[in-house]
Amino acid sequence: MVVDALTDEAVDHVFHALADATRRDILRRCLRGEPSVSRLAEAYPMSFAAVQKHVAVLERAGLVTKERRGREQLVRTDSDAVRRARQILDQLETAWRGRVDRMSHLLAQVPDPEENNPTRGQDR
Amino acid sequence: MSVTNVHKDFDSLTITLVADFDAPAERVWQLWADPRQLERWWGPPSHPATVEEHDLTPGGEVTYFMTGPDGEKYRGWWRVTSVNPPKSLEFTDGFANQDGTPIAEMPTTRVRMQLTEHDGGTRMELRGVFDSREQMEQLMNMGAAEGLQQAVGQMDALLAG
Repeated sequence: MVVDALTDEAVDHVFHALADATRRDILRRCLRGEPSVSRLAEAYPMSFAAVQKHVAVLERAGLVTKERRGREQLVRTDSDAVRRARQILDQLETAWRGRVDRMSHLLAQVPDPEENNPTRGQDR
Repeated sequence: MSVTNVHKDFDSLTITLVADFDAPAERVWQLWADPRQLERWWGPPSHPATVEEHDLTPGGEVTYFMTGPDGEKYRGWWRVTSVNPPKSLEFTDGFANQDGTPIAEMPTTRVRMQLTEHDGGTRMELRGVFDSREQMEQLMNMGAAEGLQQAVGQMDALLAG
């Protein structure tokens, strides 16, 4: 978000978004990670719908974006450093998801007695 | 889908992944403890892994290479820090040169793998922490600070305007 390019309406949205302590706290949490809306809702003494409304205000101001991941809605904010960290962790997640899939696949197979010999690895 | 939960923390460069398997812990443990089984899932299908050294004892090493479609080899290593069969395994995972020596500039990942009984099967919790070294550490320390700075900068700019 480029400050120079903000219209008056956008400025109003940002001011309105940051004028509330809960929304500032939500923004801080989004800078540290990418909480889901339900995880955020657990953190405040208010209803899920109320938290959802706060997130919508931040979203309208362009301070966060929502991304659907499975059944969850993740709330993210963008900065270069966070983006790079996210890329690194996303790569690791992809690698591990692949590994877990292959592990499941192996576990689903009938164990081969020869391959399942636990002493074999230790002999090497 | 056996991955049931993934959590990422950009501050500490940590990822935690939880997966549930319909198999006893002993069986899941063998996927890690038997090098012939390990090499069947560690590398992606395009880059299958070959495990050379495999010493799952504290201070022990696992060395492997992954072979790409053009035959190029990518070497890696684990340095094992803690082993508790069939419950937990901790190691540092890193990249190596062609001669097998660790590449110092490349980031390493500290991995903790834990197996617990869950619903008649096994729950595997994998936690990976990037061992930041200079750039990675800097990157992360800057992460939250920079983000906040950006937000505050936006406010300042708006107030000044």
